[in-house]
Amino acid sequence: MKSKTIKVDYLARVEGEGGLLVKVSGKKVTDVKFNIFEPPRFFEALLRGRQYSEAPDITARICGICPVAYQMSSVQAMEHAFGITVDGQLRALRRLLYCGEWIESHALHIFMLHAPDFLGYADAIQMAKDHSPIVQMALKIKKIGNGIVGLVGGREIHPINVRVGGFYKLPTCQELETFVEPLKWACDSSAQTVKFVSKLPFPDFERPYEYVALHHEREYPMMNGRLCSNKGLDIEVPEYENHFMEEHVSHSNALHSILKERGAYFVGPMARYNLNFDALTPAAQSAARSAGIGKGTNNPFKSIIVRSVEMLYACEEALRIIKEYEPPEKASVAVQPKAGIGYGCTEAPRGILYHRYRLDERGNILDAKIVPPTSQNQKTIEQDLREFVPPRLHLTQEKLTWQCEQAIRNYDPCISCATHFLKLEIDGNAGEGGKCEID
Amino acid sequence: MSPRTKTSMNKTAQKIRKPKLAVWKFSSCDGCQLSLLDCEEELLPITEYIEIANFPEASRASSKGPYDISLVEGSITTPHDAERIHQVRRQSKVLMTIGACATAGGIQALRNFKDVKQFISAVYANAKYIETLNKSTPIADHVFVDFELRGCPINKLQLLEVINAFLNGRKPNTPASAVCLECKRRFITCELVTHGALCLGPVTQAGCDALCPSYARGCFGCFGPKETPNTSSLSTYWNSLGIKDDELVRLFRGFNAYAEAFRRESEAHEK
Repeated sequence: MKSKTIKVDYLARVEGEGGLLVKVSGKKVTDVKFNIFEPPRFFEALLRGRQYSEAPDITARICGICPVAYQMSSVQAMEHAFGITVDGQLRALRRLLYCGEWIESHALHIFMLHAPDFLGYADAIQMAKDHSPIVQMALKIKKIGNGIVGLVGGREIHPINVRVGGFYKLPTCQELETFVEPLKWACDSSAQTVKFVSKLPFPDFERPYEYVALHHEREYPMMNGRLCSNKGLDIEVPEYENHFMEEHVSHSNALHSILKERGAYFVGPMARYNLNFDALTPAAQSAARSAGIGKGTNNPFKSIIVRSVEMLYACEEALRIIKEYEPPEKASVAVQPKAGIGYGCTEAPRGILYHRYRLDERGNILDAKIVPPTSQNQKTIEQDLREFVPPRLHLTQEKLTWQCEQAIRNYDPCISCATHFLKLEIDGNAGEGGKCEID
Repeated sequence: MSPRTKTSMNKTAQKIRKPKLAVWKFSSCDGCQLSLLDCEEELLPITEYIEIANFPEASRASSKGPYDISLVEGSITTPHDAERIHQVRRQSKVLMTIGACATAGGIQALRNFKDVKQFISAVYANAKYIETLNKSTPIADHVFVDFELRGCPINKLQLLEVINAFLNGRKPNTPASAVCLECKRRFITCELVTHGALCLGPVTQAGCDALCPSYARGCFGCFGPKETPNTSSLSTYWNSLGIKDDELVRLFRGFNAYAEAFRRESEAHEK
């Protein structure tokens, strides 16, 4: 029987270090490995003994691409443990910061990491030679997103202004107003982006996914809501671990996360969009309809359209928050540590990011659990490849390899994130699922 | 720049072989190399003068070495990476580390302070496929490094300055003085003196333009120890204000915990 191996030693245009191996025998895929070899950094272990107030700064270092997500999930978990509510304009500012991260992260992925696949370029710099206006526009949108993170957060990568209870310093109305005109331009450009990406050539590929995302009654989910799915999941965040579990597989330095009852699931823009279409702004909805995904989509290659729709939404939402901004009296609410467990879950650009901390009465971290979006998508990515490859075996090795890479990039995987939570199972450990971390 | 100079520069750029730049990742968060992609306005102009020859985060294509400049992000934490860094060195005329992980071991170097040997060997017996060294070490512990750019993350303007300096054969302008100097230049009220904040500014290298003090919080040492830092004097002052030793240990044990001066100071306060 004819056999074939598709192998990519070092995946490009993803964040972090990973590879790909697909083995085919005849017309059957016999093995798929989305191989993560990024070295583990043991964040959950090194958080032990640190103070609650250090969690936003330390966990930000898990990922240079989505540090705001780590800061938001960690402060939310700490505030939950201490019974504090951060509301009103402080909450709005956090949402604005998150919009900034969505804008810069989505712009990066849409244009610089994903679009080159559809158009046949090795990278955005090559692409710029033929599509200069598009790449220039992309960089400008990205800069506006980064500008918002820079102003509200202090700097683009690893912001310094986020603290448990609120912020260290508030931006002024004048500072925020400087973003009004750029954001108006970014709304138009994002709408153009939706149009542009909707015309890309999409492989015919759909699967009946289970999407998991936050769902909020009034707004498109970023920081709050219930955890929902299209197959009946509807829980509060603290119930997360009753429904999800992590598996350790030998070819990955990241744990695979699964739903206990149903296995693989899908988080990120596709999940948010398919579960929360009604909460988008009218302009985002209409752009999505014109792009042909108004009724939802199950084609992960079309995630590039969904990301563009979300980018448009984030620009509009940022504009709304800035227009309604009135500086609150204080930059943060008072924090009184107490012993307990706190849970946080927010929507990182790549999907839900879950944090859980156990704290002592002085606010020292006793243990931590962090589940990043990419480790939740790993199993779905491998299942996609299993079904994607067989009908395409007639393609040349080079073309099929590239398309497999593209199928992985659909998920905007952040391997740096996924790896840093490795725990090792020790055989024969007493009790069920006795996990042990390198400390 | 006048259109005429620009044209003549473009011509020069075409005639001369472009210097090759490579970006390498070790154990890190990707943030420092992202700084290069965050050069939104400068990125395309840069590529007129430099060939980005190896940068997997941005491109599928890569061309073979040797490379004129290698930017190395991340620390060494696995046996495989301890080998790989030598291959990178052999292919690079100039090797520059970018960020706290590559320069001081990063936040993952917190493991260096624990006695993990026994524990790891117990774990390894059952999980052979996880390979990790028990210390996270900076690149300079393994190979010769031509220049170390500090920061967690690095400052992208400093990155452009350093690349520019090396291409033009001059010394980079990245002062090794303290954050305090930047603070004074910006007329920022001293967080340490005025509010008694735990601010590492006096012993931390400049480069962030006194970012945290400008946001009303103390510096937490992203850029690592400055040249000849007097950490013990600062600790003595804090002790006199009633700051406990365990708090000082945590303070010096951040993203540059394994940098010599901060490491010694944190160890001095450990029971």
